[in-house]
Amino acid sequence: MPFSDEIFSENPFLPSDQTLGSERNFMEKAKTETESGKPSEYRKVLETLREILLANVVMAAEIPSPTFHEEGVVEFLFNRFKEAGLNHVAIDEAGNATGMIPGTRGGKNILIAAHVDKIWEKKEDHTLSVSADSMQGRGVADNSLGVAVLATLPIILKKLGIELESNLILLGNTCSFGRGDLAGMRFFLDHFEKDIDSALCLEGTQLGRLSYSSMGMARGEIVVNVGEEPEGLMMDRSSAIGSLNKIINSILAIERPEKPKTSILLGSVESGSGYNVPPITGRLRFEIRSESAGVVDKVKNQIQEIVEECQAVDQCDATLSILAQRSPGDIGFDHPLVRKARETLSELGIKTKVAPSISELSALLDKGIPALTLGLTKGDNRHAENESILIEPVFDGLAQLVSLLKFMDSSAETTAEK
Amino acid sequence: MNSTTKIISDWLSTNTYHHSDFWDLEKLVEAKQESGQKISLCIPTLNEEKTIGKEIIIFKSELMDRYPLVDEIAVIDSGSKDKTLEVAASYGADTYLSADILPEQGFKPGKGENLWKAIYQLKGDIICYVDADITNIHARFVTGLVAPLIYRPEVQYVKAFYDRPLAFSEGVRPSGGGRVTEILVRPLFSLFFPELTALVQPLSGEYAVRREVLEEIPFPIGYGVETSHLIDVYQKRGLGAFAQTDLDSRVHRNQATTDLGKMAFGILQSFLNRLESNDMVKELPDMETIFRQFQAEGKKYEQVLKEIVEEERPPMNTIDEYLSSRSKS
Repeated sequence: MPFSDEIFSENPFLPSDQTLGSERNFMEKAKTETESGKPSEYRKVLETLREILLANVVMAAEIPSPTFHEEGVVEFLFNRFKEAGLNHVAIDEAGNATGMIPGTRGGKNILIAAHVDKIWEKKEDHTLSVSADSMQGRGVADNSLGVAVLATLPIILKKLGIELESNLILLGNTCSFGRGDLAGMRFFLDHFEKDIDSALCLEGTQLGRLSYSSMGMARGEIVVNVGEEPEGLMMDRSSAIGSLNKIINSILAIERPEKPKTSILLGSVESGSGYNVPPITGRLRFEIRSESAGVVDKVKNQIQEIVEECQAVDQCDATLSILAQRSPGDIGFDHPLVRKARETLSELGIKTKVAPSISELSALLDKGIPALTLGLTKGDNRHAENESILIEPVFDGLAQLVSLLKFMDSSAETTAEK
Repeated sequence: MNSTTKIISDWLSTNTYHHSDFWDLEKLVEAKQESGQKISLCIPTLNEEKTIGKEIIIFKSELMDRYPLVDEIAVIDSGSKDKTLEVAASYGADTYLSADILPEQGFKPGKGENLWKAIYQLKGDIICYVDADITNIHARFVTGLVAPLIYRPEVQYVKAFYDRPLAFSEGVRPSGGGRVTEILVRPLFSLFFPELTALVQPLSGEYAVRREVLEEIPFPIGYGVETSHLIDVYQKRGLGAFAQTDLDSRVHRNQATTDLGKMAFGILQSFLNRLESNDMVKELPDMETIFRQFQAEGKKYEQVLKEIVEEERPPMNTIDEYLSSRSKS
């Protein structure tokens, strides 16, 4: 029976006479086409799995999964892992979905991860629309395509006739965005009993993106409360907006070095509700990014001083909270994994764009695990309600992924420092 | 309890399903293969480029590639001006223009025409019809309808209904169809075919039927196709030929009240024709075919007139081309 435990309990990749015609239909090994291992040849075979992959994108995208409430997508991945006959299929204490394809030899462990949370609240419309060449809807690129590729990966490997020697661990991790602070990935890495030798993080876009370094980062929130205005008086006192405005101007005046590269991003300002009522509270969300952890700390301290000054001068309550932090990390442009990724993209005719990451990659690099973040296709309008991805380039993204997996499996150079 | 009430009550308990009753797709595929039956999925379309791609992707992935429940997926189109056919074909559906099927029989624009021509064009022993405008499409829209036909040879015609809310207590909750069902069809069934009131949503556009049933009934090409089917199958085979499955929820374009009026007019035409052909009324007067509505601009009221004639196609088993094609296969 397709995906049943009886067939796959020993080795999921051995053919069985008990399989139904369905499994033979789409799981025949494409031996001659892919034996040379060229990404372009993988691509041809991968295109035959298009509807299976795109159906997984639809299903992953249309299940709401805001950070801290990712159960629906986690359950979807859990079921897909179970159907595929993976070993150790589970939902762990951090809510991550996990599964493993045992290697023919075992020993090494390769991790493939995709974060399952989206930035959208449950009440938003998650309907996906599909045209001949694209898919559009909230969260399709970030990160429903990544999740769908994870769900489809067992079928992809079977279709290509690829049997890895290493154990392949598939992880749908939670709590990637905002206050989540990578809690899902951190939990997994802190509690996985074996060593992870190398890892790939999957993101829907952009194809060609190559992240092998992570920025130092601090994500914070400043809340200002100026207290109630005395009734009956039209005093020209500072409202929360005025205090926030001073804080913003002071932050913007902080000197940012060119080297190490440093930026301060002001993400959102919330205050007030109308035209003529001075607001009592206000909130500013921001992020400090730098190639240097020391510079991140320095800027953080400067912002703390700005907040304390505002408190004193404006006679208000002003607090700074740091919600998430990352340390910088880098495996180097000449690392064998990075080199292979560049070669693969070049063979596929795709221009490489190097970009540091502040997502799951940083947690992996923190642990000394060689890792990359890959983009799977081209897309537009990231984090907008009309977020979209192109379908055709997905197969280049998959070819890239498979090439790298094979390289990670065979190469001794990519393993983590033990 | 009178006899009709008991018949309906018994039928509801034995012939009403929830799609989760058929969660085991492996078992369903095995049963289908053992039975030797072929299943065709027919999606009638007119300008549905926004939703057709997703429907084809889901059905092809889940019901052909992963589990071989469906043997063909066909889009039968009434002449879309948008990219419906291009999108459907790009995802692996077989696409047909209704006008190209049985060209000797001509072409009449209407959903029922596409459903009727599907009987000729498609190969399945079971044909499952699913509308093209469903945005929350899922494999259950097919599995929930074909499963009773696979598991129970005496069931001939399975209708979808959409009922279960997200949460419910053990208490009573009202259930039923849409506006035209509750205001028109259910009262008419209650008056003339009370056993058919057992169907929660008689007008739902999703149903699966055995070929031998489809080929023996006429097909109105317009609004009356679903209502007429139910009356015709009921008259020939009784309530026991039917089953219904709850598919939870269906998200689609909602129609304006003015459009529902036209639908009701068409359904009423078909219904009255059925009463006459079944000798249930003595003689109907000649009826108007113009549906009259109003629109207002300031203080001025204007009539809005629409001619609606519920034409019908004859049973497919009276069409020579069909009989000839079946005898060759």
